[in-house]
Amino acid sequence: MKASLQWLRQWVRVDAGAEEVAERFTSAGLEVDSIQRAAPALDGVVVGEIIECQPHPDADRLRVCQVADGGEALRTVVCGAPNARVGLKAPLALPGAVLPGGLTIRSARLRGVESSGMLCSEPELGLGEDAEGLMSLPADAPTGAALSDYLALDDRILEFDLTPNRADCFSIRGLARELAALTGTELTPPAIGRVGAENDRRVPIELLDAGDCPRYVGRVVEGIDPRATTPAWLAEALRRAGQRSLSPVVDVTNYVLLELGQPMHAFDLDRLDGGIRVRRASAGERIVLLDGREVEPDEDMLLICDHARPVALAGIMGGQDSAVDESTTDILLESAWFNPAVIAGRARRLGLATESSHRFERGVDPELQALAVERATALIIEICGGRPGPVIDVISEEHRPVNQPVKLRTARVNQVLGTEFSADQVGELLVRLHMSVALEGDDFVVTAPSARRDIAIEADLIEEVARVYGYDRLPSRAPGGRLKIRMPSEGEVPERLIKRQLSVRGFQEVIGWSFIAEQDLDRFGLASGAQPLANPLSRDLAVLRTSLLPGLVSVAAANLRRQQRRLRLFETGTCFHAGNDAAAFGESSRLALLLGGPAAPEHFDDSDRPVDFFDLKGEIEHLAGLNGLGRELEFVSGSRRWLHPGQAAELKIDGQSCGWLGQLHPGLAAGLDLDRALFVAELDLAGLSRRSVPAHHGQGRFPSVRRDLALIVDDRHACAELVGVIREKSGRLLENCVVFDQYRGEGIEKGYRSLAIGLILRDLSRTLKDEEVDRLMADIVADLKSKFDAKLRGQGDVSDQG
Amino acid sequence: MTDSVVDPDSLLERALAEVAGADGPRQLDEVRVAYLGRKGRLTGLLKQLGSLPPEKRREAGQAVNRGKRELEHAIQARQVELERAELERRLDAERIDVTLPGRQVDPGGIHPITRTLERLLDIFGQLGFVVATGPEVEDDYHNFEALNFPEHHPARAMHDTFYLPDGRLLRTHTSPVQIRVMKETPPPVRIVAPGRVFRSDSDQTHTPQFHQIEGLLVDENVTFADLKGLLSDFVNAFFEDELQMRLRPSYFPFTEPSAEVDIRWRNSDGTPGRWLEVLGCGMVHPQVLENCEIDAERYTGYAFGLGVERFAMLRYQVDDLRLFFENDLRFLAQFH
Repeated sequence: MKASLQWLRQWVRVDAGAEEVAERFTSAGLEVDSIQRAAPALDGVVVGEIIECQPHPDADRLRVCQVADGGEALRTVVCGAPNARVGLKAPLALPGAVLPGGLTIRSARLRGVESSGMLCSEPELGLGEDAEGLMSLPADAPTGAALSDYLALDDRILEFDLTPNRADCFSIRGLARELAALTGTELTPPAIGRVGAENDRRVPIELLDAGDCPRYVGRVVEGIDPRATTPAWLAEALRRAGQRSLSPVVDVTNYVLLELGQPMHAFDLDRLDGGIRVRRASAGERIVLLDGREVEPDEDMLLICDHARPVALAGIMGGQDSAVDESTTDILLESAWFNPAVIAGRARRLGLATESSHRFERGVDPELQALAVERATALIIEICGGRPGPVIDVISEEHRPVNQPVKLRTARVNQVLGTEFSADQVGELLVRLHMSVALEGDDFVVTAPSARRDIAIEADLIEEVARVYGYDRLPSRAPGGRLKIRMPSEGEVPERLIKRQLSVRGFQEVIGWSFIAEQDLDRFGLASGAQPLANPLSRDLAVLRTSLLPGLVSVAAANLRRQQRRLRLFETGTCFHAGNDAAAFGESSRLALLLGGPAAPEHFDDSDRPVDFFDLKGEIEHLAGLNGLGRELEFVSGSRRWLHPGQAAELKIDGQSCGWLGQLHPGLAAGLDLDRALFVAELDLAGLSRRSVPAHHGQGRFPSVRRDLALIVDDRHACAELVGVIREKSGRLLENCVVFDQYRGEGIEKGYRSLAIGLILRDLSRTLKDEEVDRLMADIVADLKSKFDAKLRGQGDVSDQG
Repeated sequence: MTDSVVDPDSLLERALAEVAGADGPRQLDEVRVAYLGRKGRLTGLLKQLGSLPPEKRREAGQAVNRGKRELEHAIQARQVELERAELERRLDAERIDVTLPGRQVDPGGIHPITRTLERLLDIFGQLGFVVATGPEVEDDYHNFEALNFPEHHPARAMHDTFYLPDGRLLRTHTSPVQIRVMKETPPPVRIVAPGRVFRSDSDQTHTPQFHQIEGLLVDENVTFADLKGLLSDFVNAFFEDELQMRLRPSYFPFTEPSAEVDIRWRNSDGTPGRWLEVLGCGMVHPQVLENCEIDAERYTGYAFGLGVERFAMLRYQVDDLRLFFENDLRFLAQFH
């Protein structure tokens, strides 16, 4: 909402400057976004009058005008505007004047004719957009007067960013009331009298859905002069509010909307069939709107109809074929109250946003309709002449909104605000807002003025008290209160600790988008179960991610393009899986890792080995070990569509699947123009975060024994299977088991490998005897032989370690 | 060798010369064995003592033993000398250029949004606010209705909501967590709810996803004054400065009175600068408490919500919101 300070000052006696007024509004919750000058400085621009107008002797499109500037002599001004004619009054920039564009006016010869000044169009003066010709001033404009005085251009425009609850401030009247309350000054509204009827023309008005439209005020004005023009002051007022002048009648309705906050409409009476009916739209009805668009209103939209067809979309926009135009002589003015519930959201649905719908959906003052009609009638008669009929005020009393009295307890005010207000103080603040206040003991019964549609409960009034008193004057109290200790469980590794641990290991956290293009998921084979959005911003952001992987890979790709050699990335975040219905829908918190490039940072003394699967796996094992999950971590071979089939594993914790890891499928990597192997993992963060609280069990004072096995075994058998048997056989005696060598090649048959496994054995309660360890090892070897046909490559050194 | 007894002094003299000439531990050991070993020449002299007349034995024995001791000392001294020389040789050989770069783990790091979020949570954690979370896909009830957004209300339109085809939505703020917590926990409630939120808006100053922290405190005797006190302490702690703060009345359906909080930024020369809007807050709307079956007469509460990106931008002088989601490692590395 743009409001001219001059206009506000007609309504309220405030001497403060624009900055101070803006500050008052802003600190009361009516935020002023900007303050602008109503017009550029126009020194040296006066009202000129064309006295003579002759064609230029040497140029077809130019004319030579003799222009009066208030002085004795006429000025010769060469002018190219098509509308230059004798008798026209237009702004005249005198030599020496500087126009807003920076142009300095000088006397000059134009095609041999001396021109001393320039007749100006609107854009040349920064006063509008009509570049068709000279800015036409009314015939009664005083020739020679400074234009900025004549148009009162020394004004400031305050632009408000209003919150949706303050519908009452979408008008000069509402803002003026507020300013008066905030500054404690007097309201000085212009007198709006009743305009008596000069004929008896009535139009039947029927409210068929009175809940949607409980009041409709109509009035006929006949015999207006279709050639009348909008006076400068009115056009200026509209311009300053950001609106264009269209025609006198439309300009008047717009002026009343800005001044009082009541949206109005004017129909060409000759184009109405019968009378007005206000009703909901029926299926299939269509209407061409003022902007030329044809729409088919939904059945929850309200229409203004005549007896044949819809003539306006109620509260949103009028129809084209019943609108006033340059031939209209008889009009019907409409000033109605529509229920916000039947307007809200409808304009938006049709892709419209009008000054009218904006106000109606927030709530217009239900007492304003007749006043607005009187105001509009008076202005139309003043500008266009015409004879008004009687005011046709159709009301459904039972549906008419009335502000109910609201109880306000002084004690409650103080309880919520932490203040120590007396009842008197509270009452005084309310009265300033034109609330009607009745005191009962320390409590009030308060009725808000009809324009305030936002006061329904006690809390609304408490806010008003706080607002008018000033938030900044309210007390402040140091933090305190009842504290209760609530710690997260120790059985859960905090996400932030995991992030910290990863960053210590050289991983960089990234934050990707929750949305993604479906085809990007599909490329990875991850599109199944992707939840689409109903209204995505674009196809690139059309579905919710089912995995962090595609986003993380695209971050990696972008950074590789930026010449990063070595990538160690991680991301945590929510992934989404659509089910068949809302109940089956799932959100899960995931952790993704990505490794690429050299295993170690470049160093003069190290090899440049690229990362491999075991670097990635080691990081996961490290993370698990660091957090003492105390649960069984198992990596089983398990392929995924997006992983290298020979380098893919599934992580299981205590037998439960907890994610996957492996090399990004080389085919996929090539398709993404990745020039190196990437190793990626995605883990379930919840599964990875559960840990047990440590329980000490004694570390044993007896020495451990280490025995190493070198086994030759078929490649078909996974190392973990062998280790599984070793674990099972040695039971609680096995303190640790390390795989310290893998060998293929000379001396080993093709398709086989040698694995060296060290067992560290310890009994917590006694020293193990050599014979029993020997027996155990023999057992294990026998079992490995029977299960995997594993052969002993020769027992390694047996060393006892204390 | 003649039968005559060898003179121990001359033997010692020869031995000492050999010790001095030994230039390694092995040679030194050979000298030791040659003179002092079981078959060594000095040892041999002792064995020959028996052939001396008894009156000369004692004197000769003493001379040999003196010689042995002297030789042992000499060998030991030579050994120490050799070891020292060896160590010096080694030290010299092991000399390195300490200005060559160290063997590193690349510094990893957390994202600036995480860094900011954690710092914010730490501040509120000191005041007893515990972290609560909720789903990112919400229903209309938790995101709007329970928070007192009437259906079709313009306040809803201001939220630019992403919808799922079945009517559920991506939460537009972290406020639904308020509802979820209050429905489960009787007062006192003191939580902060961090998380990702979504609005269908994308331009220079808006990204379709961003992060918020919502704070909520509900108890007896909670007033607007408590809210003011908390926020001013919070802002000063976060920015490590004593900043001017002001509250402006505003409108959120779920709080009343509602306020926007501005802080007075400080110019680089220390003078007061622009007012910057940093968060929204207010007293919990009684209808919201009622929706969660909390007695709004007995309990009052305050809530506040802030944009993590906004705080990160101010704190770390980031001038473009979109940088946070571009994940350029050169940008991220600046927050290690």
